[in-house]
Order: sequence, then structure tokens, then C-alpha cells
Amino acid sequence: MSRLNRCFSELKAAGRCALVPFVTAGDPEPGVTVELMHGLVAAGANVLELGVPFSDPMADGPVIQKASERALLHHTSLHDVLGMVKTFREQDGNTPVVLMGYLNPIERMGYDTFVEAAKEAGVDGVLTVDLPPEEAADFADKLKRAELSPIMLLAPTSDARRIDKICSQADGFVYYVSLKGVTGSKALDIDSVRDKLSEIRTHTDMPVGVGFGIKTPEDAATVAKFADAVVVGSMLVTQIEDLAIEDIVPTLSKSLAELRAAMDA
Amino acid sequence: MHNPLNKALPDERGHFGQYGGMFVAETLMGPLQALQQAYEQYRQDSGFIAELNDELHHYVGRPSPLYHARRWSGHLGGAQIYLKREDLNHTGAHKINNALGQALLAKRMGKKRIIAETGAGQHGVASATVAARLGMECVVYMGAEDIERQKMNVYRMRLLGAEVRAVTSGTKTLKDALNEAMRDWVATVDDTFYIIGTVAGPHPYPAMVRDFQAVIGRETRQQIKAQMGRLPDELVACVGGGSNAMGLFYPFIDDADVGITGVEAAGDGLETGRHAAPLCEGQPGVLHGNRTYLMSDADGQIQATHSISAGLDYPGVGPELAWLKDINRAKFVAVDDKEALQGFKDLTRLEGIIPALESSHAIAYCSKLAPTLSPDKVIVMNLSGRGDKDIHTVANYEGIVL
Repeated sequence: MSRLNRCFSELKAAGRCALVPFVTAGDPEPGVTVELMHGLVAAGANVLELGVPFSDPMADGPVIQKASERALLHHTSLHDVLGMVKTFREQDGNTPVVLMGYLNPIERMGYDTFVEAAKEAGVDGVLTVDLPPEEAADFADKLKRAELSPIMLLAPTSDARRIDKICSQADGFVYYVSLKGVTGSKALDIDSVRDKLSEIRTHTDMPVGVGFGIKTPEDAATVAKFADAVVVGSMLVTQIEDLAIEDIVPTLSKSLAELRAAMDA
Repeated sequence: MHNPLNKALPDERGHFGQYGGMFVAETLMGPLQALQQAYEQYRQDSGFIAELNDELHHYVGRPSPLYHARRWSGHLGGAQIYLKREDLNHTGAHKINNALGQALLAKRMGKKRIIAETGAGQHGVASATVAARLGMECVVYMGAEDIERQKMNVYRMRLLGAEVRAVTSGTKTLKDALNEAMRDWVATVDDTFYIIGTVAGPHPYPAMVRDFQAVIGRETRQQIKAQMGRLPDELVACVGGGSNAMGLFYPFIDDADVGITGVEAAGDGLETGRHAAPLCEGQPGVLHGNRTYLMSDADGQIQATHSISAGLDYPGVGPELAWLKDINRAKFVAVDDKEALQGFKDLTRLEGIIPALESSHAIAYCSKLAPTLSPDKVIVMNLSGRGDKDIHTVANYEGIVL
């Protein structure tokens, strides 16, 4: 059983919702990332989502854009990100790691080379933001053959036909983008998210995660009541902007622990 | 009724061979499919086509002349060069053909607000213009660097009632403005139509923009037949994203005897790496919703580009042009800043026409091509825009303060 499947089935058995923090690899500098990953796990993360920096993050709001820019100041490449996962795996063999990024760095490396390197580094899933199911078949197949999970996005604009199509390609879990907008946007409409999740569950038995726009422990606790995973990114990453390097791990860990506590209350 | 917006490629998911497609986040797939449906419907709607043609005639001033540049041709001592005078369109460039088409489509779709990205400002001005004409709200995203370089066009847009939003992310230029416009659109799609200015972006944009610009090539066919009794030997157009090039080339793609050349911006020189020539020097990748030739580094990060012409300063190119390159239907060359400036001066002095710096790249290539051909050969070059907007850039380059 894959790390992702094991993680979600254990949480389900315990009646708990997964907490999935997102941080951009190499933000604000590459030396911080692995320690931050361990810190987030210690604070209650069940799955880690690691952003691969890209020069043109079209689906991200200003917070994640700036994180990408900070990481790219240090030329954090896809190759470097895989190296970080490999280092992380030396001490943590259990926590699933999902890479989240855009297609061009993967295309440039080559699908086969990337899949092999990701497998070897200990990656569990890959979420390619700008790869909808219409274009994803080849890459998703290669991932699955290597027993890596293609994590696919669902949106408020996905109709029943698209939900089916997406779920047939996805593995591990599906990621519901909870609003029409970019990462870190405001105004999460809890009722519509709950309704859409009910709809999605009529199409798939896979765990359903919710992300984009979850900002507070209260948001997280509310969404945790009906989702299998809560993804938080911008609310963590925005703190990095103003923190001294040595304060990043303790501060973000504390924020995440507060979310965890709220979700478990 | 003759439907001018027919097409064979792309396929139903927007592919030109391996290029094109829809590489966007799931949130945008619904809106793009809705746009595709609306476009499929209206491009076969006689009422829509009649309204578009009427606006093109009475508002834009079409057909634009096909002008035999006798003095310049004689000076070069070879082939006869004909200029398709898109510079004479309302707002001074070919961009209005597409902005008008998309805005009319937006109106039919019931959208109240249009957004656009712009580099040099020509597409932004064209979008602001049609928004004023149709009484729609208009927001134009423009890189902070470009706002600084193109103050006159920024003011023109504001006079026309558009809001110009500065984009400060990334390289602060055209590619970042496109990212920001997409971010706006994903959140506002219920009432907003995104007018992309070139033959790039996710399907259906490359095909739709090409179809709206193909009026250039259709007129050219009729005009050159009327003037010369035959088709031209060579077509030449500058290529940034590629909308003026596809507009001229598209109606000639099946005419195997007509040579097609696209001219990219070599900036400081291809060998310096400071250029904007993805077809000449780049490799296939994915950006802004489509697979195409890109300028990206070994890690897949998109590179900063350079050209004296802001309108060519873009790291990607339309996917149909990438396909035409791979099937050897078109060839692509690059012309550097200095050569383009010489082209700018030549046309100004020899024909009394001040060209845009973008078009000056095509001029510079014609200056090389024409002398290699006999005087009975015919080159049609797309003079895609006028050069008023570039006067400050040219003066600056020569160390003159206006």
C-alpha cells in the first residue's frame, strides 16, 4: 500500500481529517526547507505539499508568487527539490510528500527522467497545476506505472462529466479548489464547498482534500468536518516574508499546531 | 453566405501537431470550454459576421491598402515589395482586428467587463478603444517596466476610459501581464471576457485570434491578384506572439508556391542570449496555456527576453507558428535591434512611412531578401503598425532627448 493510501486509511479509521501544509521549496533559501518539513510533521502535518518554484505561477496569488521568486533567487531547481525530498526521507519514511508545481520544469527534465528521479527521491504524488485531464493522460500513466500518484484538481467549475474524467486519472486523493480564483484568495463559501464535496463523493471513493482560501483555525475546523484533507499554503507562506531565518520553523510549526488543535477539537 | 472563419486545424482540443492545447488549471477549463462553444456558434452566425464586417469597414477603415513600395524596392534593386498597410487601421496597428472581434463576441456572450494584457500598449489601446465603442468596462494589465517605457500608450488607454493596472511580479513585462490577466479572469469569469492579444494562450485563443486576424491575408490575396494578376512569391511578417504573421500567412498556407518567412527579434544578437527569438533559438515547452517553442533555461524557468521593440519582447510564440516551423511550411529568421532600426530609417526616408519597431524587423529582413531575388518577383510584407509610439525609443537609442 502506498504511503498516501496508508495515511488516509489510518486517518479515516481514527475519524480524523488530514492536515496538509504547503510550502515552496527553497523559500526563502534552500537550506531551510528540509528542517521546515520535519518541523511541520512534528506540528501535526499528515501529508506535506512541496511547491516547485516556477517563474510564471499563473494559478497562484501574490503570496505564493513571491515565495517562488524568493526560491528562484537561489536558483532552486526541480532537481534541487528532489534532492530535498531525498534528504527528508533519510529521517522520515512515513509522511507522504506531494510535489505541486507547473509543467514546464517537468517537460524540460523529461517525463521519464523526472518520474524515475521522483520515485528514487521518495516522492509520493505529483500535482501539476497546469495539466488538466485532457493533456495529462501520458504523464499520469507514467506516474502510475512507477507507483506515484497523479494528484488532480477539481474546481467549482467542474461539471459531472469532468469530475468523472478527472477521478479516473487521479490517484491517492483529489484536490478540490474551493473557490474561483488563485491561491490565497479571500471569501471561502463554506456551504458551496460542502455541497460540491457531496457531489464529488457520488463520483469517487478517493479521499477529497480542500484547499485555496483556508486562512484561519476556524476555517480549517469547519472544512475538516466534511473534507478528508485540509490544505493550507498562503496563510503559512505569508509569514515567511517577515521572519528571520531562525524563526521560520518555530513560527510556522506553531501556526500549524493551532490549525491541528482546532481541527481535532 | 461565405463564412470567412473556416478552419481545418487545430483539432477539437486545440492541437496543431504536438503544439497548442489547453494547459491551464482545472478552474479555467469550464470557462474556456464555454468560450469555445460560444465562438463555434458565432463564427458561423451570419448576423455576427455581418456586424463584424460592418465594424471592420466603417470603424477600423478596412480594407487596408496594399501598397507597392516602388522607391524602396528600386533602391534595393531586386524583388518588388508590397506593404500591407495595417498601420493605417484605426488605432494604428493590426491589433484592432482581433480586439474588435473578441469584444463583439463578449457582447454576444453577455459579458459586461473586458480585460486584456499588453506589452507595448497597442493591444491595450485597441481593447480600450473597442470597450469605449461598445460601452464596456475595461481593465488592462501591463508590466510595470512597460508602463515606464510606454507612457504615451498608458495615457491613451486612460483617456479611453480603461483602468491600467501595473504588474510588478516576475520580470514586470508582457508575460507577467498575461499571468495577471489570467488570475483576474479565473476569479471574475462570470461577467468578464479576457481578450488575449496574440495567437497564443490556451485553446480556443490561438485559433480564434488567427481567424479574426486572417482578414489581413484574405484582403492581400484579392489585392495582389487585382494588382499583379497572381499570388506573391514571398510573405514576410515580424513574429512576437505572432498575430500579424498568422493573419497574413493563414489564407496562403495551402499555396505551396508562396514562401513564408517569420522574422523574430534577435535583440542584441542571437549569440548574446539577449533576444526574443524562441523559434530560432528556443525549444518546445509549456507556458500560458499552450505547448510551443519557448525561451526557457535548463531548469525549465522562463527566461527574460530582450528586444528594442516591446511588442516582440515575449518568450513564447503562437503554437500554429511552431507547427508551421516543424512541418517546414514556414521558415523563421531573426533580425537584431540595429538592423531593425536601420529598417525603420529606410522606410521612413524612402517611402515617407514611419513604421512600428515591430514591423521594422520585417523591413530589415526584406532589405536582405529582396536583392537576392529578380525584379519580377513579388514580396508582400505586413506593415503591422505605425511608428509614432516608438519615436521616443528611437530618439533615446540615438542619444537624443526630445
